[in-house]
Amino acid sequence: MEPSDYLFRREAGRMVATLTRVFGVHNLALAEDVVQDAFCRALEVWKFRGMPEDPSAWLMAVAKNRALDVLRRQRTAQTFAPELGHLLESEWTLAPAVAELFGANVVKDDLLRMMFSCCHPRLSGAAQVALILNILCGFSVGEIASAFVSGHTTIEKRITRAKKTLAGLKRLFDITAPADFSVRLSAVHRALYLLFNEGYHGASPESAVRTGLCREAMRLAAILLDHPLGAVPATYALCALMCLNAARLPARVDDSGNLTSLFDQDRSLWDQSLVREGLKFMELSASGSELTEYHVEAAIASVHSTASRSEDTNWENIVSFYDMLITIRPSPVVALNRAIAIAQRDGPECGLKEIDAIGDLDRLTTYPFYSAARGELELRCGRYQTARQHFRAALALARNPMERRFFDQRISACERGNSD
Amino acid sequence: MSEFVFLYRGGARDRSPEQMQQMMQKWMAWMKDLGAKGHIKDRGQPLERAGKLVEGRQKIVMDGPFAEAKDVVGGYTLIEAEDLSEAVELSKGCPIFEVEGAVEVRPVMKFNM
Repeated sequence: MEPSDYLFRREAGRMVATLTRVFGVHNLALAEDVVQDAFCRALEVWKFRGMPEDPSAWLMAVAKNRALDVLRRQRTAQTFAPELGHLLESEWTLAPAVAELFGANVVKDDLLRMMFSCCHPRLSGAAQVALILNILCGFSVGEIASAFVSGHTTIEKRITRAKKTLAGLKRLFDITAPADFSVRLSAVHRALYLLFNEGYHGASPESAVRTGLCREAMRLAAILLDHPLGAVPATYALCALMCLNAARLPARVDDSGNLTSLFDQDRSLWDQSLVREGLKFMELSASGSELTEYHVEAAIASVHSTASRSEDTNWENIVSFYDMLITIRPSPVVALNRAIAIAQRDGPECGLKEIDAIGDLDRLTTYPFYSAARGELELRCGRYQTARQHFRAALALARNPMERRFFDQRISACERGNSD
Repeated sequence: MSEFVFLYRGGARDRSPEQMQQMMQKWMAWMKDLGAKGHIKDRGQPLERAGKLVEGRQKIVMDGPFAEAKDVVGGYTLIEAEDLSEAVELSKGCPIFEVEGAVEVRPVMKFNM
């Protein structure tokens, strides 16, 4: 028997979440040690004896037995989960209580409980995402650092600090309190959205890494949908936007590993089953009166994904959705995308005027696609010299070889235009 | 054909879940390949890292491990090969080398009566 992809990573999340529930959030590090130990055991035994029939159950059983050992050995010297209190104190109730805590249905809630705990308001968005990736998705510090194209020590510090905050909370988030749940839910949406975007627009040159981040965000969003309190219109909208955007992932990088812009993508490569799923989620998101940024972004993505050719795109609709988005969530990047949509609708000169009118332009100066957007529009106006300068500026800001190659190609396009 | 024991020593354990899974898949592939070529007499067993050491006339009992982590034997396999140099060649496919581990190749003693 062969292990399925990501088996260990996925199980790491489930085991840490459950063990933390048993040991208490202040013992997060202990839970992580037990998980590491379970993996070492699996590695040692399986390589000689082969994989068991149900590897997930095997790993969970090892984690459970180890948890019992730890609880028996240390319960006089240490306090464990305050939520469980006396259940863990007597030998009489210990084993059945732990068996119950490792039941399949309970484990699903543990993931959710941990997800909500990781999104504590005292933590920044970046810290929440790093924590979710580390604890729930089983990514190591090194793997997160390379996915984010960030320094190892930066990520390590961020995670260590965030874990300290988490461990200092005394108890995990209570997912059974509806009022608290809906308040925290928007932070969870935000974190999953950031996680997805890191995969979709992030700096990692490896499309496998980026697809992986998108997939994790989608998996966690699905867990959210599975919970009665989590299945609200905003969650459906978030799932819709993830599916509709993820549908385009197979076309974003061509066979030679080059970045392909939305206009030039081979649309036959778009994943139609994800498009359908996204549209279904969009329908489900339409109940209620709340209109979130996820609704609007999903709507924009749906316009793209239902246009079989780039020329067929309904830019009128896209511009109006960006108008909405900019009132819900004003940001220079949203304003830039709106300007690009206006250029598509009204021509490149109008697009450039819109870019000039963006309020806090200086926040875009380190974003390579800001200069690239200007370059693209200047190129379409036939001002090749100016266009080239903008692409050179973008090139200087490029975050990976794939982006560099992309800007290099645009520079050559300007040079070709100039010589015509 | 002669018999050899592969003793697996050391190997880093502080790896990410993804790396551990890859390591396991490599081990399984390597074992499978050795088996398919008829080199495996017994896949062997993993050994616990901790145990006891009983030593001397006094039979003093001490806690393991008895060696530094990099030397601890984590398991063994019984191998069939033509000679020692073939056994050594076979050992070179072991994934343990990727994690700073070692394979000790020891011929099983033969008696020609």
